[in-house]
Amino acid sequence: MKPSDTEMEQAGSLLTDGLRSSATGQTFTDAEKRWRERLSSKTLTPARTSSGLELDVVYTPESIRHLDPLADIGLPGEYPFTRGVQPTMYRGRIWTMRQYSGFGTAHESNQRYKWLLEQGQTGISVALDLPTQLGLDSDDPQAVDDVGRVGVAIDTLADMETLFAGIPIDSVSTSFTINSTAAILLAMYLTVAERQGVAPEKITGTIQNDILKEYVARGTWIFPPEPSLRLIVDTIEYCIKHAPRFNSISVAGAHFRDAGATAVQELAFTLADAITYVECCRNRGLEVDKFAPLISFYFYTHNDLFEEVAKYRAGRRLWARLMRERFGARDPRAMMFRFGVVCGGSTLTAQQPQNNIVRVAYQALASVLGGAQSVFTAAWDEAFAIPTEQTAELALRTQQVLAYETGVANVADPLGGSYFIEALTDRIEREALSIIERIDRLGGMVSCIQSGLIQKEIAMEAYRHQQRIEHGEQVVVGVNKFAREEPERQQLQLWELDPAVGDRQRQELARVKAQRDNRAVSAALKNLRDAARSNHSMMPPILEAVRAYASIGEICGVLREEFGTFEEPASI
Amino acid sequence: MESKAVRILVAKPGLDGHDRGAKVVAYALRDAGMEVVYTGLRRTTDEIVKAAIDEDVDVIGLSILSGAHLSLTQKVIEGLKAAGCADEIAVVVGGTIPPRDVESLENIGAAAVFPTGTPLSAIAPKIREIVTARRQQHESR
Repeated sequence: MKPSDTEMEQAGSLLTDGLRSSATGQTFTDAEKRWRERLSSKTLTPARTSSGLELDVVYTPESIRHLDPLADIGLPGEYPFTRGVQPTMYRGRIWTMRQYSGFGTAHESNQRYKWLLEQGQTGISVALDLPTQLGLDSDDPQAVDDVGRVGVAIDTLADMETLFAGIPIDSVSTSFTINSTAAILLAMYLTVAERQGVAPEKITGTIQNDILKEYVARGTWIFPPEPSLRLIVDTIEYCIKHAPRFNSISVAGAHFRDAGATAVQELAFTLADAITYVECCRNRGLEVDKFAPLISFYFYTHNDLFEEVAKYRAGRRLWARLMRERFGARDPRAMMFRFGVVCGGSTLTAQQPQNNIVRVAYQALASVLGGAQSVFTAAWDEAFAIPTEQTAELALRTQQVLAYETGVANVADPLGGSYFIEALTDRIEREALSIIERIDRLGGMVSCIQSGLIQKEIAMEAYRHQQRIEHGEQVVVGVNKFAREEPERQQLQLWELDPAVGDRQRQELARVKAQRDNRAVSAALKNLRDAARSNHSMMPPILEAVRAYASIGEICGVLREEFGTFEEPASI
Repeated sequence: MESKAVRILVAKPGLDGHDRGAKVVAYALRDAGMEVVYTGLRRTTDEIVKAAIDEDVDVIGLSILSGAHLSLTQKVIEGLKAAGCADEIAVVVGGTIPPRDVESLENIGAAAVFPTGTPLSAIAPKIREIVTARRQQHESR
């Protein structure tokens, strides 16, 4: 039965200004006052969100009186996008299920990707090993212990060709967690696509390409901020022109969070980074409506379910407002806060590790209630090692059950309008904005990173969190409550790296170097050096070098000589 | 008799950039009254051995989350032996260490292993115990 217009008006007034019930004649304000007086005689356990925001025992129309139903909450797919970036949300298309994966050589990872796609994964997320992320070849003495460990080893275009052999690039969206060397990996991916006969304008996917959080939290920086930011703008500029559907930057808060930041800090620091990138692009003369639609975001979803939902809703609203009001964006796509999430990370425990399955499932639920575009659910054994095929499958199935059995995907922003969720969304938006304004006053994110301020705040928060766990103020099931001896942990079947991987990868690199045209490599590297010294884009010579099978170490070697390396500030 | 404060070098060997654990442990050891030096990221094992000798520490605490703990720990211990300091400087290891590798690390010569999930409150007492035992051994020689 459809409500009549009068009923609609009354319902509307109850939510906003009138607060008078037509049934009883009393105002809600009076009723709530009476109720709260009754409450004052009772003992309540104080409660806070994981970010330390104090919580009321219940939320009512009074809690959201100051919010405008249209200007603050609005409709999905419309400014300020509080309720989602698309009007149809998951009824249009289910989120992308993209499990971060990669290890060993390109050959082994290619097998894993094909297997994941066969299991119903809908995108590929490439984990790269540390030497690749740091611009070192697999035969570099510094790289020896890390080849193929936390991701796949990529030295030259040949490895990227193997990685995507038999995987049609035009029908799968690929995300690369790559930062310092993002321009090189992008060049390799574009070249492989070209050789598969796929036009660059058809390619979808993401490179992380977010150096600022590397200085703070993840540690795969190479060059100082200024040339790093220049390389980032080069890739963004290149993608606008040549690969307009490829997200050339994914501003990541996830690593702040996993390093210890609260949900509020995670959101604030991420948007402060994004503001820096927007400013750099504008300084290059790029139009905000042209480049901002290519910006996406990446976050960790941790355990506090409602705070996570509110964080994503607040993020959408705050970003839309910043883009429109601060940067003058006019195209709605330039105001959309599209984001992927990862569930797991530092919330996973080594104790009773199968409890992690439950944690990750709740985190995935929160992500989807928050309107995520892509979700990565970590496997329960990732507190120890890279997942086995079996645990990786369960992690993917966790999302599939959520998507196809629970009904959560049927309605856009199902928690929208909840007094609590709206009040918390508003609170997080205000808290995050005040951190952003403080960073602005301190000269912006780059200077706050160079002084080590952000690093210190995150480390202190991590320490406080650990102390709360050890003092029992923060319960972790199986760790400080309901813990027991676990002799069975010794018997866990964990993934192990094939010890021959490093040698195989070094042999492959030697083979490529022996077969390529070394004059073409030298010429390309010289062009790259010239571009680095000028103010020209470095993308064309990087593409040239990649096509000539120059290695990542050779390409970064030139840039290291020209730009030097970042000096880590003292941060404890 | 009041004993000299324990000095420890908290170090990140290899290419792994995850330093949350290293920093949290550094804070905790400092609060427990130890003198803590932190190397920062991406130190080679040679740099770590040299820093430990220069800083005159009792203990090196390696933090490794990349899976490369066996080879990196071995190199640090070999470096200390080559420098003739293996008796003065103990090596302890923390990070993402699968249960099966704890014993292997001890066999290589790690004085203690603190895998993911070790409470902070367990780390300082264990380190103090190791240092006290070594100092006593030294004096009795």
